[in-house]
Formats: sequence, C-alpha cells, structure tokens
Amino acid sequence: MTLVNGKDFKGRVHKALKDDELRANFRRAMDGLMGKRAMQFTDGDEWTRLRNLGESIKKRALSKLPELLERLEENCTKNGIKVHWARTVDEANSIILEILKSHDVNTVVKGKSMVSEEMELNHFLGDHGIRALEADLGEYIVQMAGQMPSHIVMPAIHMNKGQIAKLFQDHLPDTPYSEDAAELTAIARKELRREFMEAGAGLSGVNFAVAETGTLCLVENEGNGRMVTTVPPVHIAVTGIEKVVENLSDVPALLSLLTRSATGQPITTYFNMITSPRKEGEKDGPKEVHLVLLDNGRSKVYRDTETRDTLQCIRCGACMNHCPVYTRIGGHAYGGVYPGPIGKILTPQLEGLDEYPEHASASTLCNACVEVCPVKIPIAKMLVRLRDENSGNCPHGEHPLKGRGTKSSTLENAGWSGWAAMNASSATYKVATTAMSRIGNLLPQASPMLKEWTSVRVKPKFAKKTLHQMAKEMGLKDE
Amino acid sequence: MNKIVKQEILDSLRNASSSKGDFVTDKSVIYDKKWTQEQKIERFCQVTSAVNTQIKQTTLRDAQRDLIDLLTEKGVRHLMQGSPSPIAKEITDNWTATDTGVKLRSYDQTIEACKEELFSVDASLTTTVGAIAETGSLILWPTREEPRLLSLVPPIHVALVYEDRFFNTFLEAIEQEQWTTHMPTNALLISGPSKTSDIEQELCYGVHGPKELVVMVIRNN
Repeated sequence: MTLVNGKDFKGRVHKALKDDELRANFRRAMDGLMGKRAMQFTDGDEWTRLRNLGESIKKRALSKLPELLERLEENCTKNGIKVHWARTVDEANSIILEILKSHDVNTVVKGKSMVSEEMELNHFLGDHGIRALEADLGEYIVQMAGQMPSHIVMPAIHMNKGQIAKLFQDHLPDTPYSEDAAELTAIARKELRREFMEAGAGLSGVNFAVAETGTLCLVENEGNGRMVTTVPPVHIAVTGIEKVVENLSDVPALLSLLTRSATGQPITTYFNMITSPRKEGEKDGPKEVHLVLLDNGRSKVYRDTETRDTLQCIRCGACMNHCPVYTRIGGHAYGGVYPGPIGKILTPQLEGLDEYPEHASASTLCNACVEVCPVKIPIAKMLVRLRDENSGNCPHGEHPLKGRGTKSSTLENAGWSGWAAMNASSATYKVATTAMSRIGNLLPQASPMLKEWTSVRVKPKFAKKTLHQMAKEMGLKDE
Repeated sequence: MNKIVKQEILDSLRNASSSKGDFVTDKSVIYDKKWTQEQKIERFCQVTSAVNTQIKQTTLRDAQRDLIDLLTEKGVRHLMQGSPSPIAKEITDNWTATDTGVKLRSYDQTIEACKEELFSVDASLTTTVGAIAETGSLILWPTREEPRLLSLVPPIHVALVYEDRFFNTFLEAIEQEQWTTHMPTNALLISGPSKTSDIEQELCYGVHGPKELVVMVIRNN
C-alpha cells in the first residue's frame, strides 16, 4: 500500500473541491493559523530584519553544506552519537531496520518526522515485523485512520472532532464516543504512556542539527518528542542533509521564525537539544543515539544554484496556511509527502517532474507564500522555473531536473515557433493579424490548444480591425 | 559501506557551483531586545502565564512553606526531587510527611530501576539554569542529580528560578554562558505545560508531559 502518488492530481482536486466537510475543516484551520501568525509579526521592522537574518543563516549554511556535514559528523561522533549516511530512502530504511534488529526491538515509538514519512518508514518496518507507533497526537490520529498527514505541522487538520471521536471509538477498546477535545487528548495520553515505557526504541526527526557542537534540536509542544528521545534505551534521529546549521548561535533566530510562522506561538513548549547519549552516572536518557543523514535527491536540488534555495526551508508550513489553492483542496490532493507551495516545488524536484507533472501548474502565482516565508524562498519564481522545465523549453541548461520536458507538446512547440516567426517581420505580422481579425472568431472552441485554454476561460474575441488598421484610419503615420 | 555512501553524497555536493554572496548574519534584531532586571521578570511572567504557567513569587526563607501550601492545595501526595537535590538544604530539608501530608521521593536510581515509580508520582521539583524574558522560557540542563525525565513525566512540575538568572533572549544565554564550550547531554527550554491543538486547533494542556507547570521565582528578600 503506497499513499504517495503524483498521478491523477486533477481527479483528487475535483474530489476535494466537492467535499464540503473537508473544505470547511481547512477553511477554519487556515483562517485560525493565519490570524495567529499575523499577531506574532505586528512589528514590520522586526519581521523584516529577523527574516533577513533567517535567510542569511540558511544561505550561509548551504554555502558550506559539505563542510558542515563533515563537522557535524565529527562532533556528533566525538559526543558518542553514531552517524549514518543514506543516499536513498531504501538505504535509510535498511540502516534503521538493522539498528532495531540488533536490539530486538518490537515496537518503536515515534516523534513527528516528515522525513520518516518521506521514507514510508512505518510501512517498511511493519513489513519486517516491527511496529512503528506515532506518538504526536495528530500523527497518532492520522496513523489510526490509515492516512498520511495533510499538513506538515498539523497532521490531522483535515479532520473534525466528530470524525476523530468515531475513529477512537472504533479503534480503541472501551472508548465511548466523545467530541470533547480535552477528553480525546486524555484518551491518547493514557494509551501512549504505557507505550513510551515499554518501547524498545524511540525515533524522531531533527529541526536543526548544529555542526559546531554536534547537537540535535527538536521543536515540539506535546512532550512526545522528549519522551521518545529520553525513555527508550535507543534513540534514532532521521534528518534530511539540509537541516544542518553552522553555529549554536544561529539557532535562536530560526527557532523564533519557525514557531511564530508555524502556529503563531512565541516559542513551543519544548525546545529539546540533544548532544550525547546517556553519560556515565546519568540516570536516564538512551544509551545509544543514532543520527541518519538522508540525501534522497537533495544533493541534486543543491547542484543548481537556483533550485538550491528550496533547501532553505525550515518546515514551518506558513506557505500552505496562506495558500488559496491549498486551503481549497487540502493536503492529500497533492499526493506527495509535502503539500502546499513548498511541496509543489520540493516534491517534483525530489521525485521527478514526470512523477508530479501537475504540481507546478497548481498555482495562481499570487505570491502569498513568498510574502510569509520566514527564510525568503522564492517559491513563485521556482514554480515558473519548474513550468519551464516541464515544457522542456527552458534556458536553464546546467542541471536539468529529472523528467524535464514531461509536458512538452509538439503542437504547443509548433504554436510557439509560429508565434515567434509571425512576430519576426512586419510583413508576416501584418498578414497574420489581418487574417485573425477576419477569420479568428470562426475558430471552433473545440480546436486543439484553444480547447484547453477555454476549459476554464472565456474564448478570446478578435476585434474586426487590427490595431494597425485603426491607427492608419486615425491618420497616424505608419511606423 | 557508510564511508562510500558518505563520500558519494559529499562529492555530489562539492561538485555543485558555489553560492554567491557573503551571507553576513546581522543579529542586531535580537540584541536590540533588552529589558531591565524587573522588566525581564515581569515579561517572563506575562508571556508564560499566557500559556497557562502558574507563577509563585517567593523568597528562600518562605519557599518551603509556599511549596507545601501549593502542593496541599493541588492534592499532591508524592513529590519527587533530584538526588541529592541541589536545593534540598534550602527547601526540602526537614521535610516530614506527617507535617506536610506530602511524601518526598528521590530520583535516586536509573530509569530502568524506577520507571514504574517515576510514572506514578504526581509531582516533581527541579531547579533551572535560568529563564528567558523574551519567550517566557525556563532553561534546564538536566544533570546526574536532576535527570531529564523529572521535568517531563510527573503531571505537575514545579521549577525554581532565581531572580538574578533572567536573560533577555535565548541568544544572550547561549553567548553569555558560553554554551558551546560545554554542551550537556540534554539542554531544554520549557515554556509552559505540555500542550496540543491537533484536534480542531482547540488548545488542550497535558498531552504527554506535565499538565501543570508552576514556576517559583525566588526573590532575594
């Protein structure tokens, strides 16, 4: 069973648009999140300076990425954290399976990690007889429903209380139907406490990996992230290679931008900085800590200095909260792990344009995502680049993306060649425009290309006279 | 295998053209956040109260009495502290259950040996390294004496912070205290009780960590 799929995007979009309950759930949630974020950045000057700082920190880190990754490994190793490198999700999954097997682990409790979603780790471990249990409340709900997160910060945002109440009643023994959020939260707390105590290993993501000190930083509100990284005897952290930052003093600005942009909080309840496994004489904490560094296409995104900006992302989700498209279709319609504007540029780059051909077009280029991005990723510009790559006609020769030209059409190319030729000389221009003013309106709506164009637009109407003709009649001298 | 994979990833990154720009990081926007001693405490209390933290201002002399009152009011039966607790002498010395109605426990074994006990006590008491005015956060560096789970597992967490240990910002704490030279196994910022809004964005406290956080600000007099 794979939940990730870029095909039939349009089909899913149409289905989502007709789902009133889903649309109401997203509308309510996105309005709430936008309002809370706005309250955090009322001082425009502070916002501008802070996001400039955030952007420069991430750009600096990316500019020396290989060096910082080596430093991170060196310092983690010095601290007793075992570092593993994985080119692909298969490699990362195998590394984790090996670690778990060597400790005879039956159940691994998980903190929230989008990279583990990218790896479809739960599914993989399940196939190998190991139970991976999500402990973040939203992830716990989504896992119980057999779904994927529909938002990178709020995984169960697409569901309402009634749906969650029904889910708990159906899946948990002796659980009465309750739509009370506090009661539902208390049920999950009780269910998961025993799991934390008994799990053989804990797994988490990483928000920032600090090269200077070999420290793994985790941002969370619930405490499940601290539980999974402290109670079980083994902790495995997985992260994409772009999460490394140079210095510990780089962290406060990014942390502030992250929590304020994501959920409108000045800071989350917990900011957890892990620098080593349990030391001699310490009474708790895992005896082994592993860090898995995953590439999975990121080094390809990195190769091109324009697409590299994608890797600045700190996964706050503000772009999706403010996206008019995401708000209307929800996260699942995208069919990838990362939905919304960041997903639209990241997923096709990681997986290939051929796998996700519609992502780049699913945008009005309204720029809302760019305006709220705390690290100033030029998402709209990148979408245009991906559209160019899709058509195969782009001038970006250096590093073509996988699947370049996937939407290239001979007819469309011929159309553009014709357009270019028509505009190349005054004679052809005159002939063509005169012809269009005479017979243009006779073109049937169903003719090729015009059909696609008019499926969501009114058919253009040609004027009876060309501009040149009218100018001549007005007595203006020709050119 | 690991070495080959690593080399391949690094080579691939190194073959890329280098980024343009010098990426000067100007942190003045953070350095500009400055308050007086009293303003720092006031701001801390205001920001953390907004996320349901309870504040108790006291002095070392009154701390024990205030703590007992607080625990009694909450119906706490078992309070767990570090071992040896760095504040035992000042606060929990001469603590007898008969006087207080609250049994004092110590986190004196490894987690493997005391898991059941730790998961069954109803409150804990810890010190802190300090607090941050900007975000209303406590700074904890758990130690051998005061382990990591003491501030996480029991449903009520009482934390002490001394009035001269308030920082303007997280960055100030990192730089002034030179964190990078001696990072502990685990460092934490704690800003309120555990919370979630994963269900319809409705705020609920006490998901996996403490349902209640009480900060006792210890004044000099």
